[in-house]
Amino acid sequence: MSDVLLKVSGVSVTIPTGKGAVQAVDDAAFSINKHEVFSLIGESGSGKSILGQAIMRLLPPNAVFSGKVELGGTEISSLSEKEMQKVRGKTVASIAQNPYLAMNPGIRVGTQVAEPMRAHLGMSKKDSKARTCRALKYFDIIPAEVREREYPFQYSGGMLQRAMVAMGTAANPELIIADEPTKGVDVLKKRNIAAIFKKVSSDGCAFLLITHDVGFARAMADRIAVNYCGQIVEIAEKEAFFKEPLHPYSQALLDAVPERGMHPIPGLSPSMIEVPEGCRFHPRCPYKTDRCLTNPPVVELDGRSVRCWVYA
Amino acid sequence: MLKEYFIRRALYLLPVLIFISFMSFSLIYIAPGDPAEIMMTSPSGGYDEAAVEAFRIAHGLDQPFYIQYLNWLKHAAVGDFGYSYMSEQSVFETVLDAFRNTLTLSVLALAIALVIAIPLGVVSALKRNTVVDDACRFGALLGVSMPNFLQAYLMIILFSVIIHWLPASGFGHGTDISYMILPAIVLGTGSAAIMMRMIRSSMLDVMGKEYIQTARGKGMSEKIVIIRHALKNALVPVITVIGLSIGFLLNGSVVVETIFGWSGIGNLVVNSILSHDYMMVQGSVLFVAIIFLLINFFVDIVYVWANPEIRYDRNS
Repeated sequence: MSDVLLKVSGVSVTIPTGKGAVQAVDDAAFSINKHEVFSLIGESGSGKSILGQAIMRLLPPNAVFSGKVELGGTEISSLSEKEMQKVRGKTVASIAQNPYLAMNPGIRVGTQVAEPMRAHLGMSKKDSKARTCRALKYFDIIPAEVREREYPFQYSGGMLQRAMVAMGTAANPELIIADEPTKGVDVLKKRNIAAIFKKVSSDGCAFLLITHDVGFARAMADRIAVNYCGQIVEIAEKEAFFKEPLHPYSQALLDAVPERGMHPIPGLSPSMIEVPEGCRFHPRCPYKTDRCLTNPPVVELDGRSVRCWVYA
Repeated sequence: MLKEYFIRRALYLLPVLIFISFMSFSLIYIAPGDPAEIMMTSPSGGYDEAAVEAFRIAHGLDQPFYIQYLNWLKHAAVGDFGYSYMSEQSVFETVLDAFRNTLTLSVLALAIALVIAIPLGVVSALKRNTVVDDACRFGALLGVSMPNFLQAYLMIILFSVIIHWLPASGFGHGTDISYMILPAIVLGTGSAAIMMRMIRSSMLDVMGKEYIQTARGKGMSEKIVIIRHALKNALVPVITVIGLSIGFLLNGSVVVETIFGWSGIGNLVVNSILSHDYMMVQGSVLFVAIIFLLINFFVDIVYVWANPEIRYDRNS
């Protein structure tokens, strides 16, 4: 058996809107190994979250999906909704950005954390309660027996975030998709989130970390994928990536972070409805030539891949 | 603390009750017509001054207004609402009998309303902007805008006159359910229409929340997502509307009770007003008001119970 846990190939998602169709994900292809932390970085609105939803098969009902997603050798993109329900929360779980919005305000936290155990592990009410208390304790939510019976609004933000991680990991998933876990969060909380995720990761769970936070990705990830305007433009090991980003957008993105002088990327992010022809980054690219008006190939280079004419 | 909150809330009822009792007493007092004269008027039109005076003294009507009120209140406080001028029956017992009939009808009407409103409201929200939703919304619009009397007569024509399934009107000793079905449907569908619209919009609101997506992400089946994660939260704001409906149902619909010949509280109040049976009017108005207050109080409790955020906020 290979070490590949998740394999995404040729995945595209189009969402019709009033102003025209948005191709939120265009021909995404990557794989995540077991126990690996894989981070998808990119600007807000570049289609990263949609890709996460596409893997979970929780896209908006009007979205059009094509491509193939394999998880642990099963092609989950062709499962029926009923079969998919047995995968969600069991093999792949998601952790949302804002715990106050993502937890049901009318249900006790313990009950919500226990739900995946009851649904996927066939546990009784009593067993799942005991396990929930252990899980809460594991994430420093104490006294667990009391906290288990409380409602989300009785929790502090950080505590609820941990409860959400406890809920995501309740049925021991192999992969967690975390969507913008550090959005709108201060430095201290960010550090806490990183610590919890590391804890879960060291237990063997793989992560797909969707974030616009380059620093957070750097702290967490084994490998980095860069998303621009619906396309993955570069995938590389973390060290290699931060040492020498290949794609011009990756370079510009890294130059834009405060530690590297905060140089803004020239130009504006293109509209997702009228994407530039050829390479989507070419209007803002310092290296552009005429060939950039045609679609660039995905070039494999020293175990990295980059979607750019420069390396062709 | 929660208990103290409810005790305080119950104490608030007292001044309201006293105000209502004052209003229901004085409204009749300032209404035109002297009860003694009306009661003592013979069918031929004349009345005997001495008899009128005797009636006044016998019923305390010669006393000043505030004495009359306090006397009435003193008795009312222990459940003695006096005796009807017309039938000489105990007002309290008459009102209680009528209320029992209205209650039977209301329970059935409420059950019908909920059975119609909850599933249709949910389906309407889930099938938003489809033919199903349009049909539900059209039905609700019809239910809200069609007057009760029209619906009542249409149903009598259909079910009693044409297909002879149910009796057109009557009471059937209050236990024969076939007499209750038509009035209960008329009352129930009226309430159902409003509740359905509320449930639909509340459900739409909740289904768009992120925690619904979280529940799906945990692999919950759509049935569990809808019932456990959505409907429970969606019903909280609807409690108020249900409570109001119960209040209105229990006050008795004059129109429906009259059409179907149901001897409920609505019928009783109107008949008492028409026959200048002041003791009966005062007693039944006060009784109905108390019921309405109690229902509201009860709805408050249910609302707090259904809403942990309020429940625990009062606690801390």
